[in-house]
Amino acid sequence: MATYQNIFSTVQVRGPFHEGPPMDPGGSPWRRFGRPRFIDILGKFGDAQIGPFYLGFLGLTSILCGFIAFEIIGLNMFASVGWNPRQFVRQLFWLALEPPSPSCGLHVPCPLNEGGWWQMAGFFLTASLLLWWFRTYRRARALGMGTHVAWAFAAAIWLYLVLGFIRPILVGSWSEAVPFGIFPHLDWVSAFSIRYGNLFYNPFHALSIAFLYGSTLLFAMHAGTILAVSRYGGEREIEQIVDRGTASERAALFWRWTMGFNATMESIHRWAWWFAVLCPLVGGIGILLSGTVVDNWYLWAVKHGYAPPYPPIEPPVIDPATIPGAGQ
Amino acid sequence: MNESLQRILPRAAAVLGLALTLSACDYPWYQSIQRGYRGDGQVLILNPDLHQQRFDELEIPDSMPQADPNGPRAKDVFKNVKVLGDLSADQLVRVMISMAAWVTDGEGCNFCHNMEDPSLDVKYTKVTARRMLQMVRYINSHWTKHVGATGVTCFTCHRGRPVPVNLWFENPSSPPQQDAFVGWHEAQNAPMVSIGSSALPVDPFTLYLKGSNNVRVQATSALPEHGMGASIQQAQWTYSLMMVMSKSLGVNCDYCHNTQSMGSWELSSPPRATAWYGIRMVRALNNNFEASVDPVLPAERHGPMGDGPKLYCATCHNGAFKPLYGISMLKDFPELKGDPDKAQDYLTWKQPGPGPFEHFSSFAAPALQLTAAAH
Repeated sequence: MATYQNIFSTVQVRGPFHEGPPMDPGGSPWRRFGRPRFIDILGKFGDAQIGPFYLGFLGLTSILCGFIAFEIIGLNMFASVGWNPRQFVRQLFWLALEPPSPSCGLHVPCPLNEGGWWQMAGFFLTASLLLWWFRTYRRARALGMGTHVAWAFAAAIWLYLVLGFIRPILVGSWSEAVPFGIFPHLDWVSAFSIRYGNLFYNPFHALSIAFLYGSTLLFAMHAGTILAVSRYGGEREIEQIVDRGTASERAALFWRWTMGFNATMESIHRWAWWFAVLCPLVGGIGILLSGTVVDNWYLWAVKHGYAPPYPPIEPPVIDPATIPGAGQ
Repeated sequence: MNESLQRILPRAAAVLGLALTLSACDYPWYQSIQRGYRGDGQVLILNPDLHQQRFDELEIPDSMPQADPNGPRAKDVFKNVKVLGDLSADQLVRVMISMAAWVTDGEGCNFCHNMEDPSLDVKYTKVTARRMLQMVRYINSHWTKHVGATGVTCFTCHRGRPVPVNLWFENPSSPPQQDAFVGWHEAQNAPMVSIGSSALPVDPFTLYLKGSNNVRVQATSALPEHGMGASIQQAQWTYSLMMVMSKSLGVNCDYCHNTQSMGSWELSSPPRATAWYGIRMVRALNNNFEASVDPVLPAERHGPMGDGPKLYCATCHNGAFKPLYGISMLKDFPELKGDPDKAQDYLTWKQPGPGPFEHFSSFAAPALQLTAAAH
């Protein structure tokens, strides 16, 4: 019995190459390509077999659109440091393709070099994501699977669309969207929180964090449990009701004894799926409400008794601008 | 050495090395000091060693003994005395000698004066020094809400050098690159130490410390009752200015604000009001004093855009929460405090309006008015 107590898979099972089910000869003109082969290092993380590949129309167009977006963003970053390769590498984390200025409002297109490139990159990136989403949906259907992965991916796309498309339209300005850049998008997040009175008081932000941390907790619990019973073949996830091995039984008993309640082999994945999906789903709601329905989350939280009033340590400070004759 | 030790040693060294690498990122270490009610996370994050080091490097010159206030007036003894003429000649000479120690880098009287006839205004340094002397007297008389009784002298900024270390010029990358076809960065995303090496807008100076743009971006009501309010772009400009202040004073946000609600004055600390006056003081100084010496400054004193040097928080503060860590040199130089002009509205004296910032500040045309729906 193989055991998995190393951080890498130490045992690689290699049968004959798996070619996948035969393609419908009268259907799609798209074909798989590439001969399958084994790559040892991949086998340490997952399945050692690589190929054959299937891109199809959706995969190919998605990659193409993604490449166009990547190039628009990258070349704009490169141009912003005067096409200096050294500075491009040195400042890469600071560089970004910025959304239009507020003065451009919701115009399409904005002047090319004042947000027009951003709109174009956003269009192609969105197209790429949606095409890839259809790909996950269609491949799942083609294999006779459920579409759970596609809908989980859709939750992430929802958050992406709220940030860059839906909320900017609701508040009437593309400038509200996120820049494409590493540090710039982080600074955008901080500025967003400051503008809307501290996002920590946004209950949907709180829910999103709960689901994020909950996801990692569930992931650790589940993965830890399964690895711990892999010595009994637990990773094979034998349906516990029909043919329960001792691995599943031990896994279940472990949690029943440590916390009094245990998930089942099926329900743990439902838990994990919902926690992961709800993280961007409620996060997107929180972003969507900022500036449209609530303007200052701290004051909103005070109004609804959700932010506790702390006693001041120092005497309260008076806003100098409210002193008569103080000017603006 | 046995085998297991041979296996363990490199790993132990790697772990130790990693720990050292991570902890050495900010050596000397920062300390957090509780400032608000327990549990609300309001803490000062200060580096006592760093501030101690800055304090030790001050080298404040000893004040000369006071001169005899009696005797003939300076304006009667010397020619062309336009400031401090009512002091006794001895007192004026004392100020002059002190100034030589404060700003000339050891060059002495010759730095400003033509020694064949010291009264001549032939050197730009002399004309500039006179205007700066007026500025110091103006600061100490009008801006007590910022400088308190501690006040400032030439040394506060100059530290013995002809040009203070921390100044700002208009940034060549600030205006949008209208002519270029690609590579727009909306005047941000260039790491600069003055803005905390962030990817925020690179020139908050022109908008807030020369122009009088509104710094406040946070909504003052829970629901959007006043239209769409400030944009995220505007919040980033304010954020950038705050980074400048934080770096200038060597403090974190909590020195002035309660990060629970940055905009709330009830939750803020007293230094926030001091800083509020400081922003307006810097505007007044840049528009009324620094700008007025620009024409006499030689080209090498100008910035890449041809503008003269301008000051900001770090010019005086130099990384300390109080310039010179609160040591008052003014108490030995009472003549550096002028008489306040009661009629003057010092908070808005000759300041330009919001200026080019309108480009960033408001929404052009909200597509949907959700304000009503929110009620």
